[in-house]
Amino acid sequence: MVALQPFPGLDDPGRKTAIPGRNFHLNQHLAMPKDSSIKSVLIIGSGPIIIGQACEFDYSGSQAARSLKEEGIEVSLINSNPATIMTDKVTADNVYLLPLNTDSLIQILEERKIDAVLPTMGGQTALNLCKEADERGIWKKYGVRIIGVNIEAIETTENREAFRQLMIDIGVGVAPSKVANSFLEGKEIAQNLGYPLVIRPSYTLGGTGAGFVFKKEEFEDKLMRGLQASPIHEVLIEKAVFGWKEYELELLRDNKDNVIIICSIENFDPMGIHTGDSITVAPAMTLSDKTFQHMRNLAIKMMRAIGEFAGGCNVQFAVNPEDESIIAVEINPRVSRSSALASKATGYPIAKIAAKMAIGYNLDELQNQVTGSTSAFFEPTLDYVIVKIPRWNFDKFPGADRTLGLQMKSVGEAMGIGRSFIEALQKACQSLEINKAGLGADGTGSTKLDDIVYNLEHASWDRLFHVKEALKLGVPIQSIFNLTKIDKWFLHEIQQLVLMEQELKRYNLQNLPADFFLELKQKGYSDTQIAHVLSNVTEDEVYARRKELGIHRVYKTVDTCAAEFPSKTPYFYSTFENGYTAADGKTVLSNESVRSDKKKIIVLGSGPNRIGQGIEFDYACVHGVLAAKEAGFEAIMVNCNPETVSTDFDIADKLYFEPVFWEHIYELIEFEKPEGVIVQLGGQTALKLSERLHEKGIKIIGTSFEDMDLAEDRGRFSDLLKNLDIPYPLYGVAESAEEALVVANQVGYPVLVRPSYVLGGQGMSIVINDEELENAVIKLLKNLPGNRVLIDHFLDRAEEAEADVICDGENIQFIGLMEHIEPAGIHSGDSFAVLPPFNLSDHVLNQMREYAQKIALALNIRGLLNIQYAIKKEKVYVIEANPRASRTVPFIAKAHLVPYINIATKVMLGTHKLSDFKIEPRKFGYAIKEPVFSFDKFPNVNKELGPEMKSTGEAIRFIDSLEDPYFRHLYKEKSMYLSK
Amino acid sequence: MPRHYPFFLIYFALSNALSTMKYAPKSPAILVLEDGTVFHGKSAGKVGTATGEVCFNTGMTGYQEVFTDPSYKGQLLLATNVHIGNYGIKYDESESDSLKIAGLICRNFSLQYSRKQADTSLNDYFVEQNMVVICDVDTRALVRHIRDKGAMNAIISSDIADVAKLKEMLSKVPSMAGLELSSTVSTEKPYFFGNPEAKLKVAVLDEGVKTNTLRCLADRGCYVQVFPFNASYNDIKAWNPNGVLVSNGPGDPAVMPQVVQTVKDILAAELPVFGICLGHQLLAEACGIPTFKMFNGHRGINHPVKNMNSGHSEVTSQNHGFAISREAVEKSPILEITHVNLNDNSVEGIKVKNKKAFSVQYHPESAPGPDDSRYLFDDFVKSLVN
Repeated sequence: MVALQPFPGLDDPGRKTAIPGRNFHLNQHLAMPKDSSIKSVLIIGSGPIIIGQACEFDYSGSQAARSLKEEGIEVSLINSNPATIMTDKVTADNVYLLPLNTDSLIQILEERKIDAVLPTMGGQTALNLCKEADERGIWKKYGVRIIGVNIEAIETTENREAFRQLMIDIGVGVAPSKVANSFLEGKEIAQNLGYPLVIRPSYTLGGTGAGFVFKKEEFEDKLMRGLQASPIHEVLIEKAVFGWKEYELELLRDNKDNVIIICSIENFDPMGIHTGDSITVAPAMTLSDKTFQHMRNLAIKMMRAIGEFAGGCNVQFAVNPEDESIIAVEINPRVSRSSALASKATGYPIAKIAAKMAIGYNLDELQNQVTGSTSAFFEPTLDYVIVKIPRWNFDKFPGADRTLGLQMKSVGEAMGIGRSFIEALQKACQSLEINKAGLGADGTGSTKLDDIVYNLEHASWDRLFHVKEALKLGVPIQSIFNLTKIDKWFLHEIQQLVLMEQELKRYNLQNLPADFFLELKQKGYSDTQIAHVLSNVTEDEVYARRKELGIHRVYKTVDTCAAEFPSKTPYFYSTFENGYTAADGKTVLSNESVRSDKKKIIVLGSGPNRIGQGIEFDYACVHGVLAAKEAGFEAIMVNCNPETVSTDFDIADKLYFEPVFWEHIYELIEFEKPEGVIVQLGGQTALKLSERLHEKGIKIIGTSFEDMDLAEDRGRFSDLLKNLDIPYPLYGVAESAEEALVVANQVGYPVLVRPSYVLGGQGMSIVINDEELENAVIKLLKNLPGNRVLIDHFLDRAEEAEADVICDGENIQFIGLMEHIEPAGIHSGDSFAVLPPFNLSDHVLNQMREYAQKIALALNIRGLLNIQYAIKKEKVYVIEANPRASRTVPFIAKAHLVPYINIATKVMLGTHKLSDFKIEPRKFGYAIKEPVFSFDKFPNVNKELGPEMKSTGEAIRFIDSLEDPYFRHLYKEKSMYLSK
Repeated sequence: MPRHYPFFLIYFALSNALSTMKYAPKSPAILVLEDGTVFHGKSAGKVGTATGEVCFNTGMTGYQEVFTDPSYKGQLLLATNVHIGNYGIKYDESESDSLKIAGLICRNFSLQYSRKQADTSLNDYFVEQNMVVICDVDTRALVRHIRDKGAMNAIISSDIADVAKLKEMLSKVPSMAGLELSSTVSTEKPYFFGNPEAKLKVAVLDEGVKTNTLRCLADRGCYVQVFPFNASYNDIKAWNPNGVLVSNGPGDPAVMPQVVQTVKDILAAELPVFGICLGHQLLAEACGIPTFKMFNGHRGINHPVKNMNSGHSEVTSQNHGFAISREAVEKSPILEITHVNLNDNSVEGIKVKNKKAFSVQYHPESAPGPDDSRYLFDDFVKSLVN
């Protein structure tokens, strides 16, 4: 890795590297009590991405693996998710891409001597597997110690009644509740507790079947359903602390029982909405020291009470805003989504340190890796605010209940960092990629009071935006508080935005005072929002005027210590600051990011996870960054997704935790002046920015914008195919339902209808007659006004296949060809796919190869290209070409054990040709890609598959031959879920 | 589906409220450092001018406790936490009867607060007590400046824009080194705290004591008499206490020979002694250990300290700009080091061998900060009984 010098302090010319008055003798305390009996550790991963368990566990697993390897420990890893960094050779010594079950564990333990298993890095899935293996005596049989957790502790925390009793025993408050085994008992309990209530069925996972009861009339129905949902017909009836303030603390404890609090997190959305679905803020904004210390004491007491173990722990609390009394909500003795967030929020690498403690280190013997000079035993302090906003994908689940509640429904999250709550909040909004330029003031949103008020009370993905709209309409803060219970401090802060926008309207761009302009930027307003409020000016004009006035972004460091100590980590975020005048009269804007003289490359990340764009792009970015470093560049990563490995501070040479949003990217490019920008690795999010990069004359690394645009433009791409003599399904473009009917009849039914720009097949459908077509087109145009509709002839009962290739302009290298098990019509992301193809003739395969070669060369591809094919009657049609990393590249890389992204990145950069690499895929039978769905979170939605992608994750499974019973079974059921 | 809400009516009734609410621009304020650097910001609190030594505190909670802590006397407090004032002021959470800082430097100063139990807003509290605030400052840049250049005096002003004039005023501000300040914050007359029926009596030598120290003693069954900073051993002996707590406070311990003498007398009389912060430095001075002004003090609620006897570590609340010499303690035949700072290896606690006398550089009474170190009060009270 290329190590950066600690920042010499651009703005402080007089600063010396040695600081007088401080002598660090940390080593004096280093006793190294590492448990030397542990030489080989197995880490259990969390499997495919599902709602509630996403790539944050790839982040923690990778951190843990690297942390153990640093200690000379041999790390083995089991995970069935191929799109992870943790299952890569760069992370672990021995990778087992096997199903997460006890048979796989036995297979590993037969093959290899494992001293200890670390099950706390892979979420609930890993813990459950560890427990199951423990119950079956597997660990004992093979002499494996369980480290980092205590099985009894897990049991206590999972069993609601045991947890409740323990809390009462140690004097920690809990919500009053009682267990009911019958309808009659339930009614009695409800009568005693009063409403609102929560009914939680026993022994169901992930909040399944749990729900609020607000009124007596709803109770009997919900009680009955709860009793039925529980396998033992038992429910816990709990007094709902609906609307109480909600907090989380992230704890670390070592083998000597030393405990520290890494982070306090306050939920903007109070109790009643799952914390994974809540907007969260760190540090806690509205807690007095008295209440915070009380909470800290309770958390430590709870962690100690559930049992002895060294590692991370998450504790959730509810605080009554009336009297500040605190009750415990739950405790999770493992790393979690929140600890990943806390690591990114504070800079403190929780999983890394937790792994060290699992093998016997204590906190006071370890160094704070961020400062490199102080102790790991301390509590990080922030001089900025972070806001996390979840990302939902309800549009993928028609008919789903969109109300937020006890069960998590979001699929990803974005984090904004700023020097105030409101700046961080607006940056998080800009990061979400939901066509918002910030919190309102961008022409989106509603002005209908009734709708707004309804949505305040019935929270869904857009409640935050409705809060602002309500304030804008003059709804009093008290009324909004009554409906939402969102702390009034947050509401006051948002109201400031409303007032500033009113003020802004009084000006035009030329007479806008500089200090007010600066204040707007400090509140996180994008130039787009300012342009919108001013009206009649463009974003570019606002940007230009801002630069004219000297209002620039400055970059500050996330350093765990509020600048008390110099830090070594190049982890930055942007903000706007008032300058200072140095003693020599020079005006200084304090910018901590120092531009180096090295040649540099910026890699754009893919933003929050969503269906169709997830962990596979994090995998691609990590490899891209590492490859750029190997190729001699300074690699700069930009992303805003706290769950990712690519935003770990020690992956890139420089990390900018920033929205992948034009203004931020552009200003950063102006500052860093890179050789170019890599857009091929960050999914559509990064690719979408290439047009503007191109307009500004910024070099796009690899395939040029014109060529990428050609691939994305359906009309021009079809012309290209025609010229290359490559078959493609007949298609046409329509701008109205009437035109659509004409086109459809020309190309012939069935037809595939979709908007001209889509991600993950959004809004796509297959229709078989005029009536269905009309409905589909009208719906599309209504949801996406101004868009054009593409109508393709749908190759009914065709087979589907895809290819990934790397091209250096002269030669092409096939990464792999994959054949889908299901017939055409199911989105490639939702299909079972087989590597290599199992059922295609040589004739077909040759056509596929030939077409890929032709297209790659015709498009002047430098880097990656993914091509989708349909095959009917031995004839191959090209459906689409994506000039970027695809979902299947990590999969094939894992199956072949070839670092394709690394190779592709070096080819893109132009430092290498394909001929520089010796590519030898590993030999194996077949690898099957299994899509994994989260339909159980949306009980009212049918599992019906079509051209719109719905899966949240994937697994890999290796089979030796086509006789494999698992494969036979899949093959038999291949058409079952295809929608009519 | 949307229905009509009854408060729709309230909306109309209050629809004028927003139109009267307007964006209120803040007036400018400036900060001039001893080395000539000028930081720009906005004004809050009372409009005026204030001087003192700039020191930064890294705590994320507990601004009220910090602002009312007598140890901050004479200091311009630079808050690294970016939001100050969010939860207002609750009178009974003050650590003394009034604001003790000389002025406040911060990034975002909340005019609005949210806390049901609060008595008033921070801004009103500041205006009432004539406290000058400069906000919207690039506090991080200022921390880095101070971190690298060392603690220095400064002047903040929201009513004087003339930098030359401010520099002239600043030049008259004395350095913190060599400054005795306990006399400015200590009680003038002795007073009592806690239950008179309690079995144990503790004399507190008030060099700038925080209320929570008294609470910690009272909660452990001690009746407390608080003596003025310059009380003599004889004054204390007259009450016949079971032990003495030498409190925290502001200023330079090296210029307090009278108090050092009192501590010497107490030690000679074999009375149990517990020193906190300045009290720790005074105990050290009484044992012949020199103190020095630190390049930058420790101020925050996250400082790691290791207890060398138990082997456990604790997260501590700290606020000190002076420290005792490690070298001298190591050479001393009568002292042992009980606590060490894990960041910079500085001495955090000492014990006088063969005596019931010990002290810590940090704040076991916290307020603000973690309660990890409360066991020291238990230890002290135990030493009174035995």
